[in-house]
Amino acid sequence: MILVFAELNNGSFKKASFEAIAYASQLAAKINTQVCALVLGETSDAASLSAYGAHKIIQVADARLNNVETKAYAKAIVHVASQENANVIVFSNNITAKAVAPRVAAKLKAGLVAGAISLPDVSNGFVVKKSVFAGKAFAFVQVSSNVKVISITPNSFPVQKAEVPTNVVPQTIEFAANDFAVKVDSVNKVSGIVPLSEAELVVSGGRGLKGPENWGILEDLGSSIGATLACSRPVADSHWRPHHEHVGQTGGTIRPNLYIAVGISGAIQHLAGVNSSKTIVVINKDPEAPFFKAADYGVLGDAFEILPKLTESFKKFKAAQNA
Amino acid sequence: MNILVCITKAPDTTTKIAFSDNNTKLNDAGIQWIINPYDEWYALVRALELKEAGIATGVHMITVGKADAEPVIRKALALGGDEAIRIDADSNDSFYIATQIAEYAKTQNYQLILTGKESIDYGNASIGAMVAELLDMPFITHATKLDVNGNSVSVNREIEGGEETNSCPLPLVISCQKGMAEARIPNMRGIMAARTKPLKVVPPATCDELTTITNYDVPAQKTGVKMIDIENMDELVRLLHEEAKVI
Ligand SMILES: Cc1cc2nc3c(=O)[nH]c(=O)nc-3n(C[C@H](O)[C@H](O)[C@H](O)COP(=O)(O)OP(=O)(O)OC[C@H]3O[C@@H](n4cnc5c(N)ncnc54)[C@H](O)[C@@H]3O)c2cc1C
Ligand SMILES: Nc1ncnc2c1ncn2[C@@H]1O[C@H](COP(=O)(O)O)[C@@H](O)[C@H]1O
Repeated sequence: MILVFAELNNGSFKKASFEAIAYASQLAAKINTQVCALVLGETSDAASLSAYGAHKIIQVADARLNNVETKAYAKAIVHVASQENANVIVFSNNITAKAVAPRVAAKLKAGLVAGAISLPDVSNGFVVKKSVFAGKAFAFVQVSSNVKVISITPNSFPVQKAEVPTNVVPQTIEFAANDFAVKVDSVNKVSGIVPLSEAELVVSGGRGLKGPENWGILEDLGSSIGATLACSRPVADSHWRPHHEHVGQTGGTIRPNLYIAVGISGAIQHLAGVNSSKTIVVINKDPEAPFFKAADYGVLGDAFEILPKLTESFKKFKAAQNA
Repeated sequence: MNILVCITKAPDTTTKIAFSDNNTKLNDAGIQWIINPYDEWYALVRALELKEAGIATGVHMITVGKADAEPVIRKALALGGDEAIRIDADSNDSFYIATQIAEYAKTQNYQLILTGKESIDYGNASIGAMVAELLDMPFITHATKLDVNGNSVSVNREIEGGEETNSCPLPLVISCQKGMAEARIPNMRGIMAARTKPLKVVPPATCDELTTITNYDVPAQKTGVKMIDIENMDELVRLLHEEAKVI
């Protein structure tokens, strides 16, 4: 059995969870087994996972699991993995998985590949590809343990629909009081936007935009295609933008389909966080800006002139698509 | 209260990465090794601040690495901290590394174990959570702020799409990132003092490696940027739709 951790966000599933199930389904077909999705926390939506290829759905509808507590999560996942005889456990490699998957792996003495970008090659052992050295190389990791834990990079595998009729099987886990040692005192979630780690479209601004008062034109560009905003480090350091938008070596690492960099020079530490993006568009007034070397498309000129034009073109395109 | 800070070496981001032996080994000739930035700027500096504030009594640093990790651990000692431990083994397997750290920690009585949020070379972001599991401790990841109040900590941390404030009794493991502290530069006094500070070399505990890197590959070069005229943004949009197929 392949066990997939299907993460909830405020009671509904994240796209990343569907990607993980699609990944597990393809792997299951390859190694001739089935997929079991595990849901931790309360939702009335669990049955919807059958549309993505889960043969079995197990839900631990314990209200204490509505927040991520790594010890309790790991305990529940390890319990179900053992019960279902799982030989592979799949996560989507976001902040939650980074805190939970290694605990599960350590408990089960299972080899872990964090940040997989390929289906395992099972022709000679079990080898998974991942991106290393900030996108400068790939490593092929051989997993030798019986149980394997794979945490896949968000946006690396398309969501696939595959209807399998299934019921949701409720399950209870006996927790100890100290499984919930970390208390959540307050939560502040940015609502209504796709988090950067999962965003398919990202528009990002650098020091070239001169000051926080100029972000309006970047926001307009972003909302014309429903993109999430990001920024370079000096922009976050100067408090022009919130820290969670900062990408690069010291900020977040992202892998969107489209990354539009506006007024960002393309320093290596910035590229470290974004150069795995599928398509990169660079808007810069300096023809020598290093970012052009990492770009697929470039526009040379003043961002203040270009952005309104590009926003118009995107809007026209969207209107034509909706027509 | 003693704090253990987990430190690893990493190639400076500006270093060119190359491989040898038919792409099976990292070619470390010419690699400039630095302290993994999250370990240095955030985990270590915050631990030092807690000591300076009289909250922690000792700051220990541990690295799992061969002799080539010593310059990096000496630099960490120059920033402050009381002693360093080097587990004399080299591995790319997170379970192996975490086991070494956990086994050493079991011989001590650390109330707080700090790691960086991830190493910038392999980017696993796994060691902290594994150490926590092996020691049966709570774990808080991606922390941006850490205060110790008596027997518990108050932590701000990044979550998917936002931020959370957590509290938790000691002992626990925390992975640290930006916001936690400001980077420091070692001074001459620190560098001199580091020479006489203890650097214990400890043989590794027996443990199997569960993963191995068989070989490496480098991404295909970009074929070159296609420049679009500023007056022709419709064309850029068309290319993004028809050629790149991303919108
Ligand atoms: C250890 C370390 C870690 C780091 N981590 C990160 C990180 O995580 N993320 C990160 O981003 N940086 C990081 N940095 C900083 C990095 O080296 C660069 O300094 C930073 O990325 C530069 O930001 P920028 O491109 O916004 O600004 P600048 O380098 O100042 O570039 C501004 C760009 O805007 C262009 N421009 C100016 N006006 C206009 C206009 N009107 N229209 C169009 N273009 C215009 C200029 O030509 C220039 O290319 C790190 C540095 C170090 C040493
Ligand atoms: N070899 C090592 N020795 C000591 N600590 C390590 C080692 N590798 C990683 N760490 C710690 O674990 C954190 C996360 O690393 P990783 O899980 O490898 O991305 C790092 O920021 C370090 O604090």
